[in-house]
Amino acid sequence: MAKYLLLKHYRSDHAIAAEDIPPMDQWQPDEVEAHIAFMHRLNAELEASGEFVDAQGLSPEGTFVRYDGDGRPPVTDGPFAETKDLIAGWWIVDVESRERAHEIAAYGSSAPGPGGRPIREWIEVRPFMGPPPSVSE
Amino acid sequence: MNDQLLRDLAPQVLGVLVRRGNDFAAAEDAVQDALVEAVRHWPDAMPSDPLAWLVTVAGRKLVDAQRSEASRRRRERRDHQEPPPGPTEQVDDTLLLLSRCCHPALTPGSAVALTLRAVGGLTTAQIAQAFLVPEPTMAQRISRAKRTVSGARFDTAGDVTAVLRVLYLVFNEGFTGSVDLAEEAIRLTRQLAAATDDPEVDGLLALMLLHHARRPARRTPSGAVVALADQDRSRWHHASIAEGVDLLQAALARDRLGEYQVQAAIAALHDDAPTAAETDWPQVLEWYDELVRLADSPVARLNRAVAVGEVDGPRAGLAALRELDPGLPRWDAVAAHLHERAGERDLAAAHYAAAAARADNQAERDHLTLQAARLNQRR
Repeated sequence: MAKYLLLKHYRSDHAIAAEDIPPMDQWQPDEVEAHIAFMHRLNAELEASGEFVDAQGLSPEGTFVRYDGDGRPPVTDGPFAETKDLIAGWWIVDVESRERAHEIAAYGSSAPGPGGRPIREWIEVRPFMGPPPSVSE
Repeated sequence: MNDQLLRDLAPQVLGVLVRRGNDFAAAEDAVQDALVEAVRHWPDAMPSDPLAWLVTVAGRKLVDAQRSEASRRRRERRDHQEPPPGPTEQVDDTLLLLSRCCHPALTPGSAVALTLRAVGGLTTAQIAQAFLVPEPTMAQRISRAKRTVSGARFDTAGDVTAVLRVLYLVFNEGFTGSVDLAEEAIRLTRQLAAATDDPEVDGLLALMLLHHARRPARRTPSGAVVALADQDRSRWHHASIAEGVDLLQAALARDRLGEYQVQAAIAALHDDAPTAAETDWPQVLEWYDELVRLADSPVARLNRAVAVGEVDGPRAGLAALRELDPGLPRWDAVAAHLHERAGERDLAAAHYAAAAARADNQAERDHLTLQAARLNQRR
């Protein structure tokens, strides 16, 4: 078993999907409900299969911060949401193979949007670093 | 002493015990205890058949554990049947301990954790779980809090204000799971109410009971938020409402009004209405005016704006809202609600969307997004 981070990106600098998906508040209410239900179901399925570790949503508000030298205030970026790579949330799964992690990400990316069509958002799959070997020979 | 031998034998002993039909976790504990005995006795007298020795000792440990478990249960049952201790004896201790844990030098988060640990008697693991942080993190936070208040003197009557604020915070955390912080806050406030003579303590207890009574109707089975006006009022917990109203009336009769009694009065007016439409909004507004007089805060004024909207119409509500900082939490949600009532669907939808983007939990964000989507259709 290995852990993977499945990161939901909302990338504004390149197309989210083949077709333009409007923000969620522009969808029909039953489309929003279907999307939320899909996400609940996905988490429940991962819990049932014993692959679920964690899933969290993130607020879209974010600030980049950087140390700027002794005695100077840290540098932060402005509220330029349109140029930021927004991360909407993540799953952490503990799965048998990289293929399985890809499969879950692809399934997550198939969450329904307007008209019940998959929204096809990008989900980045990153393996966790494992612990160092306990015996090095 | 051969460690390797023990390591090899342990799983075999466990295997024997489990095969005999013992519970796995209990068997593991018994094997651990037997290994401790082995470490203690074998250097003096090595048994001829170490495996048989371990199985015998582990078996005995298992029986011991079951016996003490049974007698513990008997003790607890007996203890449970005994009448609760009278309030007089713990009067000073409860308040003293709570005051120490709610010391103003602590951040609210640390005060809450320390209170739950020291007064609530929760384990560090339970508190960590309630706050969704790793146990070592919570252990650190609690020991840092203990260091902060060590030697602090904090035991005068005025300190009850800080205690009430922390108890209210515990209540509002409201995580559910193995530890229900809302229940825990009610339990602690009850304890404090029995130990003190302050109508504000009763006011806070009433407020918690009146809010908590609505919980069965506040979420759908899948966890979605149900707004107050849409809740199935038959599912409210009416015994808690009755208890809260009684407590509140007794507190109000003592004529020492405070902010918690006022908030409880508002909650009682909501709980008393048979339907949302029958809510006595003029009285709610009067209590909000009282609240702003007693304890002025942007949050109190924000809630007051909702009541103004109900009594004098959405325009008046929006005017009250405009006097407040739009950066306030929930400002957008209130604006959305008032604009919708004023028939301005587009504005309302935009505010709901903005409120959703700022929501700090998923259920609330989903709820607000759905409201925006509802208003955005048929355009």
